[in-house]
Amino acid sequence: MGRVVVDVMPKPEILDPQGKAVAGALPRLGFDGFVSVRQGKRFELEVEGDVTPEVLEKAREAALTLLSNPVIEDVVAVTDASGEGH
Amino acid sequence: MSGMSGARIGVITFPGTLDDRDAARAVRLAGGEAVSLWHGDADLHGVDAVVLPGGFSYGDYLRAGAISRFAPVMDKLVDAANGGLPVLGICNGFQVLTESHLLPGSMIKNDHLHFVCREQTLVVENNATAWTNSYQQDQRIVIPLKNQDGQYVADEHTLDMLEAEGRVVFRYEGWNPNGSRRNIAGISNERGNVVGLMPHPEHAVEKGFGPDNGTAHRDGTDGLGFFTSVLNTLVSA
Repeated sequence: MGRVVVDVMPKPEILDPQGKAVAGALPRLGFDGFVSVRQGKRFELEVEGDVTPEVLEKAREAALTLLSNPVIEDVVAVTDASGEGH
Repeated sequence: MSGMSGARIGVITFPGTLDDRDAARAVRLAGGEAVSLWHGDADLHGVDAVVLPGGFSYGDYLRAGAISRFAPVMDKLVDAANGGLPVLGICNGFQVLTESHLLPGSMIKNDHLHFVCREQTLVVENNATAWTNSYQQDQRIVIPLKNQDGQYVADEHTLDMLEAEGRVVFRYEGWNPNGSRRNIAGISNERGNVVGLMPHPEHAVEKGFGPDNGTAHRDGTDGLGFFTSVLNTLVSA
C-alpha cells in the first residue's frame, strides 16, 4: 500500500494562536530556547498500489482544493512516504 | 412592520448545525415562511432567500465550514448567490461562505484561544445590503456572539478593498472579542446580496429571550432587522 503525506502550515503572515500558546507552555515545563512555535497539519493519504506521478498529482490537487485554504494556509510538501513505516 | 409577508426563506441544515431552528423562528417572527433545506438537497426548493445558520457543521473538522462547502446543496447555492439570491451566513454559516469563496478572507481561532459567549455591540456600517436595510446607518445593535474560530483575517489588499467599497457591514464596538482584523464582525459581497457575520441575530428576535436592552431584562430584539430587511428587499425586487 502506498502513502502520500501532505503537510499544511498556516501562512507566515497569519498569526497562529495555537502555536503561540504552545510556545508559551514550553518554557513553563523547562523546555527553554524555543523562541517560536507554529502548528500545522499533516495528512496521510493511503492508496492501493504504488504512488505514481499521477497519484502524487491528484494528491497535490486535493491538497489545494480541500486539505488547505489558500487564504490562510500553504501546502508546504506533498511527499511519497510509502517507504516510511507506521 | 413592512415587508413581503409569506416570502419563502430557506434555512440549510448540515450535520452539526445548531441554530437552524432559531433561524427559522426568526424568519417566521419577521413575517416570512421558513423552509427547511437539507445539505444533501439537489436544489433550493424555489426559495426567495437562504440563511446558513450557526453551529459546528461536520464538527469543524479540517477547518470550520470546509467540508460543508462541498455539500450538494452548496453548488446550487453558490450559483444562485452569484445570480443575486439574498444569502445570510451566521457564524459557522459565515465560515461556509468564505470557504465557498462567496465572501473573501477566512476565520481562524480567536486570538485569546478561548470560546467567547457574550452580548456584543456592533455598528451597522452599511445599511444598503439585502440584510441590513431595516437599520439606520451607523446604528448600534446588541446581539449575542458565541464562537471559537471567530478571528476574521484577510490580506491588507483585501481589507482595503472591503473598506473602500463599503463592504465592511458590521464592526465590533467597545471590545474586539476575537482579534478580527480592523474589528470586522461582518462583510458583504460586491452586490450586497450575500452577507456574513460571526454574531447571532437570530438569538435576538423576541422579547424575553434576547440580550438585555438597557430598559428591560432580556428584551433586546436588535437581530430581527436582518430578517425584516430581507423581506423588504424581496418585496421591492
